[in-house]
Amino acid sequence: METVEKELLSLGFTDVKRADNRLVVTVPKNKLYGVARYLRHERPEKFDFLIDIVGMDFGDALGAAYHLSPSQNPSLVVTLATRTDNREQPELFSVCDLWDSALVYEREVYDFFGIRFINHPDMRRIFLRTDWKGFPLRKDYNADPAINPVPLENELIPDMERMPSITIKMGERIEEVHQVFDKDEYVVNFGPQHPAMHGVLHLRVALDGEIIKKIDPVFGYIHRGIEKMCESYTYPQILHLTDRLDYLSGTMNRHAVCLCCEKALALEVPERAHYIRTIFDELTRIASHLLGWGCMCMDMGAITAFVYGLRDREKIMDIFEETAGGRLMANYNVIGGVARDIHPNFQKKVKEFIPYMRKMLKEHHLLFSNNPIARGRMKDIGYLSKEKAISLGATGPASRASGWRNDVRKIAPYAAYAKVSFDEVVRTEGLTYDRYIIRLDEIEQSLRIIEQLVDNIPEGAHAAKTKAIIRLPEGEFFQRVENARGQFAVHITSKGDKSPYRVKFRSPSLVLVGALKATAIEAKVADLIMIGASLDYVIPCIDR
Amino acid sequence: MFSFSIVTQWIDELLRQYLCSGAVLLVECLLVGILLLGAYAVFALILIYMERRVCAFMQCRLGPNRVGPFGIFQTVADMIKILLKELVHIDRADHLLFRLAAFFVLVASVGTFGALPFAKGLQAVDFNVGVFYLLAISSLGVVGILLAGWSSNSKYTIIGAMRSGAQLISYELSCGLSLLAIVVLSGTMQLSEIVELQADSWFIFQGHVPAVIAFFCYLIAGHAETNRGPFDLPEAESELTAGYHTEYSGIQFGFFYLAEYMNMFIVAAIAATMFLGGWMPLHIPGWEAFNHAMDYIPSAVWFLGKTFMCVFFALWVRWSFPRLRIDQLLKFEWKILMPICLINILLMAVCVAL
Repeated sequence: METVEKELLSLGFTDVKRADNRLVVTVPKNKLYGVARYLRHERPEKFDFLIDIVGMDFGDALGAAYHLSPSQNPSLVVTLATRTDNREQPELFSVCDLWDSALVYEREVYDFFGIRFINHPDMRRIFLRTDWKGFPLRKDYNADPAINPVPLENELIPDMERMPSITIKMGERIEEVHQVFDKDEYVVNFGPQHPAMHGVLHLRVALDGEIIKKIDPVFGYIHRGIEKMCESYTYPQILHLTDRLDYLSGTMNRHAVCLCCEKALALEVPERAHYIRTIFDELTRIASHLLGWGCMCMDMGAITAFVYGLRDREKIMDIFEETAGGRLMANYNVIGGVARDIHPNFQKKVKEFIPYMRKMLKEHHLLFSNNPIARGRMKDIGYLSKEKAISLGATGPASRASGWRNDVRKIAPYAAYAKVSFDEVVRTEGLTYDRYIIRLDEIEQSLRIIEQLVDNIPEGAHAAKTKAIIRLPEGEFFQRVENARGQFAVHITSKGDKSPYRVKFRSPSLVLVGALKATAIEAKVADLIMIGASLDYVIPCIDR
Repeated sequence: MFSFSIVTQWIDELLRQYLCSGAVLLVECLLVGILLLGAYAVFALILIYMERRVCAFMQCRLGPNRVGPFGIFQTVADMIKILLKELVHIDRADHLLFRLAAFFVLVASVGTFGALPFAKGLQAVDFNVGVFYLLAISSLGVVGILLAGWSSNSKYTIIGAMRSGAQLISYELSCGLSLLAIVVLSGTMQLSEIVELQADSWFIFQGHVPAVIAFFCYLIAGHAETNRGPFDLPEAESELTAGYHTEYSGIQFGFFYLAEYMNMFIVAAIAATMFLGGWMPLHIPGWEAFNHAMDYIPSAVWFLGKTFMCVFFALWVRWSFPRLRIDQLLKFEWKILMPICLINILLMAVCVAL
């Protein structure tokens, strides 16, 4: 961190601050691209992983914060903050030629703040309809339903396909509009209602016979504006929304927000709560991977495997139900610990589950992993290189299958992860089969973690005492956790009120759809669904 | 062993006492038609129930268990439901072809069903080119599927239909070639005679290794002909929602559904007839007492027992394996299955000559 700090100071940026293990650099907007390119390409330790772009409304100005990290050293985070005073026509230079993930992140910032990115090829709205008026996350947004009435008609396809862009070539400013698809392309819609779309994702796919030529994902069908809602909710209320992001890793998402708030409040969380949270996280991870495995098998036509996955997942849901009351959404973590103490049966049930799951894992391998048809389907399909995975910002099992070590549990251990020994499962080939098998291997590692913790839960309180009304001190707080799909991050900007000023969730799923675009081109249409399932994105996490 | 020809002849004589020969023929044709269609529907209901129970068993579930004892009336209830459902009007579809397609599929499977020897003396028509007839009429189904895909005016259905066309035409070759091996062995194409020739020992035992190879080739190719997993690409629900019958609703969809199940039955029945002796009991040369005891089991039970055993295998495969991709499917047929079938015929010819 020191070296980066020195380098940035030597480049002439005086506003370099350290905040909770991050380096926050304020950059004037015309210097942003230059410093981004320096960090991305010219340093020896390249910042090739763009974690997230957080759009901001400061009241008098609009801006964006870029969280960057080097793939070799993912625990180091540098935040570039920039702002533009022009509220009427705010514009920033795009960094999408430096990081592929910026393609979606910048669209998101445009959608909510109206900041247009110069040199971005596709400045469409990403979640809201093309005919939406205003930019909802701006503080002066008018939420009057008369301005944006509930639409009674479908969006027109030609409108959805218009990609406006601004480029500056030789000092000349060009505003253009391109179409996503040519007129004579054979475009098939997958979704928003489709049996194989795990949720309401809409993929428009151009086909040549059975071969995929172009993919255009359309998001936003279940966008609920959770980030906007957070701005009017109190912190304990926000927790309930996080379970509804990626509903399959609800516990982990909630854990992230709890950790972020605890960090801001400098709250000492009892050890017992850390242990329980870790066990819950890992159980959730197993449940999520089982469902992901089952869905992937079902997408290849093996429905029996799906039912087997759900059968085993049911055991975890029963454990959750007994202790937390909730099943899919446990609603268990609270700021300062967990909501209530564990049920007397909890340890017994968990200990019963571990050998059962090991036995079933063998059966899953027997039924599906070693099936010649399944192997033939997954072989040599959907290659994602390590460089592409990093550039796309794909994290979690999908990127570890390509050989990139980025497990937050290892690089920045939280809760009880520093106390347990487990392996970060990494494969090198980056094919569909690797992404498939890595989930089953991670289940095994999660079982190992639980095994080490379940007998050693320390006695004591299950939650720290908090004030009745929780107010976070003024500042910006950033916390990452490893959920079942990758790095889930939460960015809270507080002005010292009982509600946050701005909350941004980094969805690991959003960039995985970008990875689908990168891997499925030239594959067969039957493989599109399978590759999608191997990336295992969850739509409510994308459409926040 | 009881022969159903006694019953049919008695009816024939009874009718002849009262009617002229032309009218007798007409009445008999009507009777046979009604009986066949009735049997067709009943078998389909049994098969759907069976599939649900078997699949539930394999997936650690219970399956239908509420309507009637063990849920046996569940399929009947579903049939009533499907009859009452609305036929959705498809915008800009070719309505004539759209309606016709379902009938093509149905007619192909009823036509095949009608020529099967169900028991001793219980066969509606006994062509001297019976095997040929079965292959010919069952391949009509692909016309229906192609029409359905084309006329629906939908991109899913057209992809499904194209896949189906490629698949059915390819696998028909293996199907025909593996049956040809048995025709070489038996020297006849007449189904009744093929069954009679298996009185001493079924063809799968008589024909040594080539017959066993032909049997397995036929099971694979036949299974592919029924469009069921792992060969269910034409209706691959994960990418094409329901493939060629995506746009169908109500009873029109019911026809496709019915035909799919009956095709499974027909493939199993042909396998039973050609390889496992049809309605012929299990006879082992030299074991007179055993053979005599086997004869007491009615021929229809033998036929249905063998058929449903083959159906069970089909279900087992269906609920265990994932789906192939189209290139893998075609590669498997043209590069593996068909060469094996061709060599197998030669092998069979050598066996017969020796």
